[in-house]
Amino acid sequence: MTNLYGFIFQFIQLIMTLVLSPLLLGWINQCRYWLQNRQGPGVFQPYRQLVKLFCKDAVLADNASPLFRMTPYFLFACMCLAGTIVPVLATNLPFASVADVIVLVGIFALARVFLALAAMDIGTGFGNLGARREMMIGFLAEPALLMVLFTPAFISHSTALTTIVDTLSHTRFIIYPSMAFAMASYLMVLLAENSRIPVDNPSTHLELTMIHEAMLLEYSARHLALVEWASSIKLYDYFVIGFALFVPWGIASGNHLSSMLLAFLALFIKLAFAGFGLAIVETLSAKMRIFRVPEFLGTAFMLAVLGTLTHFLLEA
Amino acid sequence: MIPLSGQLLNLLAAVFLLIAFAMLAQRRILSLIHLYAYQGLVLSLSTLIVAYSTHQPHLYYSMLLNFLLKVLIVPWILHRLIHRLNVQWDVETLLNIPTTMLIGLALVIFAFNLSLPIVQLAGTINRSTLGIALASVLLSFLMMITRSKAVPQVIGFLALENSLIFAATSITYGMPMMVELGIALDVLVGVFILGVFFFHIRNQFDSLELKHMEKLKDN
Amino acid sequence: MGFFNPDMAGILPISIILDILVYWLVIGFSGLIFIRNRKIVSQVLFPLGALGGIALLSITAFSITHSPTSAILPLGLPDLPFHIRLDALSTFFLFLLGISSTGICFFSSGYFSRDGNFSPGLVCLQFHLFLVSMAFVFLADDAYLFMIAWETMAMSSYFLVVTDHKVPEIRKAGYIYLLMAHISATAVLLCFGVLQKAGLQGIGGSYTFDMMRHLNLDNFWATTAFLLALFGFGAKAGLLPVHVWLPEAHPAAPSPVSALMSGVMLKTAIYGFLRVTFDLLHLQIWWWGILVLTLGLITAFFGVIFSAVQNDMKRLLAYSSIENIGIIMSGIGLTITFQSYHMQALASLALIATLYHCLNHACFKSLLFLATGSVLHATEERNLGKLGGLIHRMPWVAVLALIGTLAIAGLPPLNGFVSEWLLLQTFLLTAGFPQPYLNMLVPVAAAGLVLATALAAYVMVKFYALIFLGQPREKKLLEAKDANYWERLGLSWLASCCVLLGLFPVEVIKLLNAVPGLLIGQALGKVTSQTNWLFLTPISPDRASYSPMLFFSATTIIILITFLGVRLFYHGRVRRTTAWGCGYPMQTFRMQETAESFGQPIRTIFSPFFRMRSELPSPSDPAPHYHNITEDRFWYVLYFPIGRFIRFLSNLFGRIQQGRISIYLLYSFLTLILLLLLI
Repeated sequence: MTNLYGFIFQFIQLIMTLVLSPLLLGWINQCRYWLQNRQGPGVFQPYRQLVKLFCKDAVLADNASPLFRMTPYFLFACMCLAGTIVPVLATNLPFASVADVIVLVGIFALARVFLALAAMDIGTGFGNLGARREMMIGFLAEPALLMVLFTPAFISHSTALTTIVDTLSHTRFIIYPSMAFAMASYLMVLLAENSRIPVDNPSTHLELTMIHEAMLLEYSARHLALVEWASSIKLYDYFVIGFALFVPWGIASGNHLSSMLLAFLALFIKLAFAGFGLAIVETLSAKMRIFRVPEFLGTAFMLAVLGTLTHFLLEA
Repeated sequence: MIPLSGQLLNLLAAVFLLIAFAMLAQRRILSLIHLYAYQGLVLSLSTLIVAYSTHQPHLYYSMLLNFLLKVLIVPWILHRLIHRLNVQWDVETLLNIPTTMLIGLALVIFAFNLSLPIVQLAGTINRSTLGIALASVLLSFLMMITRSKAVPQVIGFLALENSLIFAATSITYGMPMMVELGIALDVLVGVFILGVFFFHIRNQFDSLELKHMEKLKDN
Repeated sequence: MGFFNPDMAGILPISIILDILVYWLVIGFSGLIFIRNRKIVSQVLFPLGALGGIALLSITAFSITHSPTSAILPLGLPDLPFHIRLDALSTFFLFLLGISSTGICFFSSGYFSRDGNFSPGLVCLQFHLFLVSMAFVFLADDAYLFMIAWETMAMSSYFLVVTDHKVPEIRKAGYIYLLMAHISATAVLLCFGVLQKAGLQGIGGSYTFDMMRHLNLDNFWATTAFLLALFGFGAKAGLLPVHVWLPEAHPAAPSPVSALMSGVMLKTAIYGFLRVTFDLLHLQIWWWGILVLTLGLITAFFGVIFSAVQNDMKRLLAYSSIENIGIIMSGIGLTITFQSYHMQALASLALIATLYHCLNHACFKSLLFLATGSVLHATEERNLGKLGGLIHRMPWVAVLALIGTLAIAGLPPLNGFVSEWLLLQTFLLTAGFPQPYLNMLVPVAAAGLVLATALAAYVMVKFYALIFLGQPREKKLLEAKDANYWERLGLSWLASCCVLLGLFPVEVIKLLNAVPGLLIGQALGKVTSQTNWLFLTPISPDRASYSPMLFFSATTIIILITFLGVRLFYHGRVRRTTAWGCGYPMQTFRMQETAESFGQPIRTIFSPFFRMRSELPSPSDPAPHYHNITEDRFWYVLYFPIGRFIRFLSNLFGRIQQGRISIYLLYSFLTLILLLLLI
């Protein structure tokens, strides 16, 4: 493959990450509104929100340190990078070899640590509370996520996502029962990591239940815009990682324009369906108490471990 | 290379185990009954696939029996039962789920390793699912041990029976028809009798908490 | 010193290293000359010591690939000369000593220049004696020199721990430390005894490691030696359940000493364990590996959850050291298991991951201990719940400590992540054990490791955020001063080591690769030959690859572009105001998180592991007071019963004590008769 094409597609993938992520969020919200018999502001609402925030003047607390101001940019960069590493359109893009799935988890952890530190920087009660809860969810979700990723890594004898996708989609069709466990666990981790409903409510500002929002309370204007954008990219990243692991069909292995278009179409359909599915899950479930979250994520962790065990029993 | 039917069976086995774990972690009685029904469905489906791919006519009957009994009749009876007992919203309060799951995980490792030598002797297409069936048996047992209310314990017992049938199909293509009919009848009668018992227990103790039964011991 | 190739000059690296050690000794003893002169000791002697560290670092970096050289020192008893030997393993650990001692010496010159309750010259002597004895532990090639160096190390560090001996807690901590050090030394001595057992009939000199290498022990004696080594070195390293001295001794010592103890001294135990298991013993049995792996994982998990509930910042770091030792030990366990099944390629990968983690831990843990030293000097406060907001007052320390924090939390692109990544890769490759039980144990073990490292991130957020972020929780923090120049130099040295070790893993592994070549018999070939320096690919590019440099530059570029883009398309206007009061009329700095509250989720989730006593005030209490004491169960389950048992035994023996000399003489007489009868 020519390197130039690779880099062009890589760049397209980055742009797609940036552009599609607010759209995905808008779509999920719109689906939720429909399911709740409400009209909804349309799928483009997140873009309007971002533009509005960018235009405003930033207000910073007196004792905000440079760390606090740096974090939004940092968060944004981490999430974008994760989006370029995951094979979304094609498997042989040049940037994919920079990081494997373990590094991907590391990137998410890095972003989380920075956000938590920034939340504690001002020293208000809510920021502290949010940071503590976020780190609590993090230390439970991160191992679960890694164990989910271990199952395909054992199957394909590789931790590189491109090789995983190649093994799962481009060779003969084989059903991997262990992936059923991985998928159940991944869904739980996705809900927790992206502060979706059973764990956290993305649209609440009710003090007792806030996790993610509590950390952002001190951010405003462009900083808030970047953080919000970064969290929508994070959701998108989790979606495309999920696609790469569980429904990898459609991701191009070559560099032809036609297969790329096909991959793009497949991605669009997958995003639409998965977004709708997430909306249904969120509509059907109630937010759980914070004390139940360790249980929820502990279950996810156990299921992921069970997945690797099943792999050894049934597929080895 | 495992044929497609074998792969499907493995997948169903994995789902079977997943449901067994979900039952272990589920607090609500109503959801437990649903999970039990799903487990029956998975069992019938896997029996159907075995029947189809090995051309064993008696397995079709077994599958039909399983489906009727475990997906339709028993869940329906249980539904009626908890409505009549008015415990459908009951929640198990004292249950340390992570610890239970950890024990469950250890049991799974134990069962998997126990089944490996047996699996090598069997000649069935779904022999590798024996480990899962064995693990499910142990998990159902664990579920019965950890529950403090009567209805979940009965569901644990029923799940145990499901796992046994699953083990039987995976190692010898099911038990003889007579045995299976007998077990099915037992289950049905058992559920009826236990249902009657529940009413009596509640009349006696005003609750379905099993700890009240401790009073029955004579001292 | 590092700029010429020592071989060309005809001088062996081993003699240069000996020169450096003599140089350190001279510096140490000149401390005695300037015993009260704080200025000379701190401004001249400690920086000179740091130069020794740099020299050691450069010479070992050059000579790690050299073939082993040995020498006999003209010291010691007449017929028992000291043997020393420089091979890849000892060179690696000397390199580690060089890296951390340089930073710590620089820092010490700043740290000990301040007023304190100690005599600077004496500290200087003990400090350098400590360094030299550790170096001799790495160099020793006979059990005799090893034990002397080992004991010197224990004694010198004991005196350093009790530098501030007027405080009763510190004396108590020192006592526990000394006790454990001696128990550990006894076990190590017994281990060497077992190792040379078969050589007793030979001519003297069987105490050398060289003779031990050539003995073939049978399974029973090998296992005995291994278990003794595990206990002895494990006690020194802080392995469960013989870890209790560590959280007492490390916080008691002055910060540079804590850094040295945590960063390097714990590694001497790792070194000794590796030396006995892979070099002196010929065979490895698979269950040894599983035992070490299990112990290591339990230690890691235990260390990290205890670290999360600490209030004292140095105790928090001490428990985190226990965690890291656990991770290192689990890596060793994997190596042993692989080696016992003759899977050399995997064994060398596991060993490299382990050694890498040793090196990383030496850097970031020293860095963080030193940072707490600066904070302690600036604020005289070690309770996390009474610090806060220091990022504004101590920006240098805050930035450098942030690097250490991110590194120890195992986050890319810093060094902690590299070793964690390598270790996880090793776990993922493990699917070919002949025993199915082992194969299924591996994912569970990996899960445990991952859980421990994820918890480490939690702990480190607690550590950093409570010290440096938020608002100051006490009035006196407003006057805190940043670290002085020497301290900044020391911290920057270690922080840049963390960054470099994280960004250039391939170069580091090239350096480390000599060690598996020596111990396993096979080096990791592909890392060095197949790929370029950018990509770390332990097996093959489609298996796994990681490029920290590209990751780092990509992140930087995206940040810059985003920053410029936002400025260009929108604006950079900022308004400063007071923080939003969350809708409450009064918000004070007292409402921030304390150390207890940040540890609360861990206390709740893992409550069975702790022994907790908490006191909750009633809602109507006018002067409410909340406190929570979290203790280690091991004291109550293991140590106190042992202590009671020993007291019981002593009381029994106390009965035969009469106080009259003639009765004592009778005892001796009876013993003599008995012995004569037996012979």
